[in-house]
Amino acid sequence: MDKAFTLYGKTFQSRLMLGTAQYPSPDVLARSIRASKCEIVTVSLRREAGGSRAGEDFWQLIKQQNVAVLPNTAGCHSVKEAVNTAQMAREVFGTNWIKLEVISDDDTLQPDVFALVEAAGILARDGFEVFPYTTEDLSVAEKLLQAGCALLMPWGAPIGSGRGLNNPYGLRTMRARFPDVPMIIDAGLGAPSHAALAMELGYDGILLNTAVAKAGDPVLMAHGFALAIEAGRAGYLADPIEPRDMAVPSTPVFGRAFT
Amino acid sequence: MKIEVNGEFHDIDVTTLHELLHKLDYVDTIVATARNGTFVRATDRPLTRLEPDDRIEILVPRQGG
Repeated sequence: MDKAFTLYGKTFQSRLMLGTAQYPSPDVLARSIRASKCEIVTVSLRREAGGSRAGEDFWQLIKQQNVAVLPNTAGCHSVKEAVNTAQMAREVFGTNWIKLEVISDDDTLQPDVFALVEAAGILARDGFEVFPYTTEDLSVAEKLLQAGCALLMPWGAPIGSGRGLNNPYGLRTMRARFPDVPMIIDAGLGAPSHAALAMELGYDGILLNTAVAKAGDPVLMAHGFALAIEAGRAGYLADPIEPRDMAVPSTPVFGRAFT
Repeated sequence: MKIEVNGEFHDIDVTTLHELLHKLDYVDTIVATARNGTFVRATDRPLTRLEPDDRIEILVPRQGG
């Protein structure tokens, strides 16, 4: 029996969280959300060109999908930017959830973990339920939990890179170090097999965007990730065999002919 | 009065953030606002007086990863 996927007191059936950016069209986005069976999507706040009402159209489309929204602070490079963006998002989206990103490096979009911890503390004290985009560093994870985060979101690889799990050892260690903390792999995945591996490591969920949105067929890829996440979770729960170097016959040796 | 809105300068005759949103036709639109890098609640906009060279952000829901 699987335990429920619970994030800040809310329980979900799907362990996939899907980003809403970079799709070829709003229709493909909507169909990808449905194909993924996700119950949580990520959104952002941005400036709007004068006269355009694209933001309103996008928000209407998301509301029609009957999913929870997780606003992000993507693009923020300082504690002040992240905290103010989170406060603006809370007012617009009507949720205390915030996917907290504080970026330190524009090439790798690596989190600034020092600013991340500081911002997480400020936001948690202000009533936010923080989803911190972090690395697999254990000491940073510990600080984020102390700051008030009830879950962790380590990266698989740099955002949009499609590289999969860059550091399986580090992620395995992190899972073992915090066995009771909900943990979601956020970013860097490219193929469903990457998600399956993360789930086999015992991660509770997956958050991704580019791998689906930029695929040749986003809707089919969304379906593929949904299947992979279910498969990986089942594999984790089913207690896989240990790998070994030498072969072991699976067909009984006893009763073999010509012996 | 010269005010920077979303990175662009506007020469506009307003006294409050609420008035600015009306002038820019954001009356019935869901937006979040900030003045000089600090969040301003919707309920505080009528009380938020603008000054020359203020930097205003008017943000709307958009796609995100």
